[in-house]
Amino acid sequence: MFEKLSTYALQEYWWFIVSLLGGLFLFLTFVQGGQTKLGLAGNEEQKDLIVNALGRKWELTFTTLVLFGGALFAAFPLFYAVSFGGAYGLWMAILFSFIIQAIAYEYRKKPNNFFGQKVYEFFLFLNGTVGIFLIGVALASLFTGAAFKLDDMKHMIWLGSMRGLEALGNPFNILFGVMMVFLARLNANLYFMFILDDPELVEKAKKAIKTDFAIFLVLFLAVAGWILSMSGVGYEQNKFFVVVHKYLNNFLEMPLVLGVFVVGVGLLLGAVVMALKGVKKAFWFSSTGITMVGLSLLLILGYNHTAYYPSIADIGSSLTIENSSGSRVTLITMSYVSLMVPFVVGYIAYVWRLMDSKPLSEDEIEHDVMSY
Amino acid sequence: MIDPTLVDWSRAQFALTAIYHFLFVPLTLGLSFIVAIMETLYVTTGDTKWKEVTLFWMKLFGINFAIGLATGIIMEFEFGTNWANYSWFVGDIFGAPLAIEGIMAFFLESTFFAVMFFGWNRVSKKFHLLSTWLVAIGSNLSALWILVANGWMQHPVGMQFNPETARSEMVNFWEVIFNPNAYNKFLHTISAGYITSAIFVVAISAWFLLKNEKMKDFAKRSILVATSFGLITSAYNILTGDNSAYTVAQNQPVKLAAMEGLYQGKKGAEIVAFGILNPDKKLGDKQEDFLFQISIPKALSILGYHKLDAYVAGMNDLVYGNKEHGIESAASKIGKGKKAVAALKAFKEAKKQGDIQKASSALAQFRQYEKYMGYGFLDKPEEIVPPVQITFYSFHLMVGLGIWFFVLMIVMLYKAMTGTLTKTRTWLKLAFYSLPLGFLANELGWIVAEVGRQPWAVQDLLPVKMATTHISTTSVMITFWLFAILFTFLLIAEVKIMATQIRLKGGENV
Repeated sequence: MFEKLSTYALQEYWWFIVSLLGGLFLFLTFVQGGQTKLGLAGNEEQKDLIVNALGRKWELTFTTLVLFGGALFAAFPLFYAVSFGGAYGLWMAILFSFIIQAIAYEYRKKPNNFFGQKVYEFFLFLNGTVGIFLIGVALASLFTGAAFKLDDMKHMIWLGSMRGLEALGNPFNILFGVMMVFLARLNANLYFMFILDDPELVEKAKKAIKTDFAIFLVLFLAVAGWILSMSGVGYEQNKFFVVVHKYLNNFLEMPLVLGVFVVGVGLLLGAVVMALKGVKKAFWFSSTGITMVGLSLLLILGYNHTAYYPSIADIGSSLTIENSSGSRVTLITMSYVSLMVPFVVGYIAYVWRLMDSKPLSEDEIEHDVMSY
Repeated sequence: MIDPTLVDWSRAQFALTAIYHFLFVPLTLGLSFIVAIMETLYVTTGDTKWKEVTLFWMKLFGINFAIGLATGIIMEFEFGTNWANYSWFVGDIFGAPLAIEGIMAFFLESTFFAVMFFGWNRVSKKFHLLSTWLVAIGSNLSALWILVANGWMQHPVGMQFNPETARSEMVNFWEVIFNPNAYNKFLHTISAGYITSAIFVVAISAWFLLKNEKMKDFAKRSILVATSFGLITSAYNILTGDNSAYTVAQNQPVKLAAMEGLYQGKKGAEIVAFGILNPDKKLGDKQEDFLFQISIPKALSILGYHKLDAYVAGMNDLVYGNKEHGIESAASKIGKGKKAVAALKAFKEAKKQGDIQKASSALAQFRQYEKYMGYGFLDKPEEIVPPVQITFYSFHLMVGLGIWFFVLMIVMLYKAMTGTLTKTRTWLKLAFYSLPLGFLANELGWIVAEVGRQPWAVQDLLPVKMATTHISTTSVMITFWLFAILFTFLLIAEVKIMATQIRLKGGENV
C-alpha cells in the first residue's frame, strides 16, 4: 500500500502525522494550564479536586510529547539531531520542567514526601508556565529559524553561543510562548467546567475564562498577524531562497489547510461563547479547535516546499521535509505502524468517556485510597 | 578535533541518567505483573483480602512508576541533545523502534494506568482487571522496543551505510526486530526485572513478618505470588543469560573476553567461577591474568560456542591478531577503516565538484573497506578493549546474585507453602537484606552490556567519541550536575515515600 507512494508523498504523510501530534499536544496542554490555576481553589479540598482532575490526564500530555519526539527521531532524524543537539540549553530547560511534573502529582500528598506539598505544587506551576512557554519558544523557532550549519557529513555546527537560549531574544518567539501559556490556561478553565462537580469552582473557572481569553486573544491576533506577514524560506531542487509572505502564500495555495485553520479558530471562539453561557461540553469544541489550529500551523511550516527549520546562518543548511527525513524503507515501515493510530485514539477515547462519564467530586477523592 | 573531556562528560551524563532510570524500570516491569496476578486472584475468588494485597502493592507501583517516567523522558531526548551525530547516523533505524514504542506501548500504559488507579469505582471489576493487565503488557512492550533498538547497536543488522546521506539506513525491518541480540537482551532484561520485583515483594513481606505478627496473612499471600513468579522467571533468566552469552560470543568477542578476564585465547576455555584480576596486568604482557581463581573447565567454550573444545579468542588475539585461528588484528582493521574514511571523504569532495568518475572510484574503494569504517576513527589497537576490571567484576557479581536469587525463591516458596515462614527469622532477614541486591544485579547487567561494548556506540561502525554533539564541555558539565542533584533528590523522595507507605502498612509509627 505505502510502497506505491512517492518518497515525497511519504514525507508529506509523516509531516502530517508529526503535525497532528503537535496539534494534539497543544490541546492536551490544558493539563499544564490547569497546573497554573490551583489558586482557583478556596480550600484544601478544592485544591485536591483540581489536582486529581488534572492528575488523571497528565500522562497523556507527557506521552504525546514523548511520541512527538520519537516520531521526529524516526521520520526526520536530521531535525532531531540539529534541534535537540543545537538548541541544547533550551531543550534541557524544557526537559527539567517535565521531569519535575512527572513526580509532582504522585508525591505531592504522600506522607513524608521529603520536599513538602508546597514544593510539588510549585513544580506543577513551573511546568505549567515555564515549561509551556519554552515549548512555545521552541515551536516558534521553527518560524524564525536558528543559527546552524551542516557539513558534508550532515554533522551540525551550532553558531549560537547560548545553545538555543538565544531564541529567547526574539520577540516573536516570546510572544508565541506567552500565547501558549494563556491558551493552556483558557482550555483548563473549560476542562474544569466540564469535569468538576463543584459549583463554586465551576463558577470561578467560568469567570476566569474572560481574563484568560482576553489576554490570549490579543496575543493570538499579534502572533497570527506576524506569521501571515513574515517571510519564510522556500526551496526548489536544493536551492533555497527567502519568500516574502511565505506562510500567507502557503495558506492561500493550500485552501484545505486554510480551511482547517479557520474552522479551528471558529471552534475555539465558539467554545468560549458556549462556556460563558454555561455549556459544559464546550471543552470538546475548544480542544478540537486547538488541535486543528496547531495542525494547520505546522502544516504551513513543512508543506508547499517550505523549509520548516530555516538556518539563519547558512540558508542552504535549512531543513525541509525532504532533506531531513528518514529513508524510504523507514518511512514505509513506519507508515504501516501508523495504521495503529486510529486504534490507539479509539481506546483512549473509550477510556476517557468511561472514566469521565460522571463529574469528579470531593467526596470521591476523599474516599479513593489511590487519589493524589 | 574531538575533545576527550566532552566525550567523557557526555558519556557520564548518559550513564548517570541510565543508571537512575534503570533503578525504577525493573520494578515497573515485574511489579505490574505481580499486581495483575494478585488482582486476578481477587476477581476470580472474590476474596477481599486479595484486594487489600493488590491495593497496597499497586500504590508502591504507582510511586515507582512516576519517577521511572520522569527519568525516561530524559533518555529519549538525550539521544538528540548529547549525541547529535549519533542521532543522525542511526536515526533511520533507531528512531523507528522508539516511535513504535510510543504508539504501541506508552499510550497503552498511560491510558490504562488511569483506569488501574482511579477506576476502582468507575468501571466494572473485569474491565479494571483488564486495564491492570494492559498496563503490565504496555510496560513490557515498551521495554521490547527500546531493547530492539539497543540490540541493534550491539549488533547492527538489516542496514546499509549510505554515503550520500552519511548515515546507516534500514534495508530490512524484520532483520532489525528479529536480531538475536535484541530478543535475547529483551528476554534477559525483563526476566531480571521480574526477579527484582519478586525480591522487592518478598523482602518487604519478610520485614512485615519480622515486625508484626498480625501481618502474617498479608505477607504470606504476597510471598506466595512473588516467589512463584520469581522462581519461574529466575529459571528463565538463567536460560536467557546463557543465550545472551552465546550472542555476545558470536558478535562481540572482545566483550566476552573482558567479561571473563581472558587475555590469551584457548581451546576448551574455562569459566572463572571466582577470581581476583591481577591489577597490574596489561595487554600483551606476560604477567598472570589473575591473583587467584577458581575455574570450571571447558565451560566458556560451551557457553560461547556450545562446543567442549571451541577456541575462545582472548583480548590479546583480538587486539594483536592470531593467524593460526584466522583472527585479524585491530591494527589491520584500523588501517582498512582509515581507507574507508578517506574514500568517503574523497567521494563527498568529488560529488561536490561534480566529478562523477572520481566519485564512482572513491565509492568503489569505500565499499571495499566499508565494514571497517568505525575502526578508521580509532587511534590505537588497544582502544577496542573495554575496561576489563569493571566488565569482569560486574559480570561475575551479577551471575552470583542471579544464583542467590534462585535459591532464595525456592526456600521462601517452600516456607510459604509449608506454613513455616515465621519459624526461621534468619531466612526472613536474608530475604529482607536482599532487597537492594535485585536492583544492584540489574545495574551490573547494564554495566556489562554497555561498558563491555566500549568504545562503540554502534558496534564496529561508530565509536562513542564520534557520536557526541559538538557542544562546550561546560554545558554538559552543568547539566550533568543538575541531573545528578535532581535525580538524587527525587530518589531520596521516592525511598522516603515508599518506606513510609510500608511502615504505615506494617503498623509501625512513622
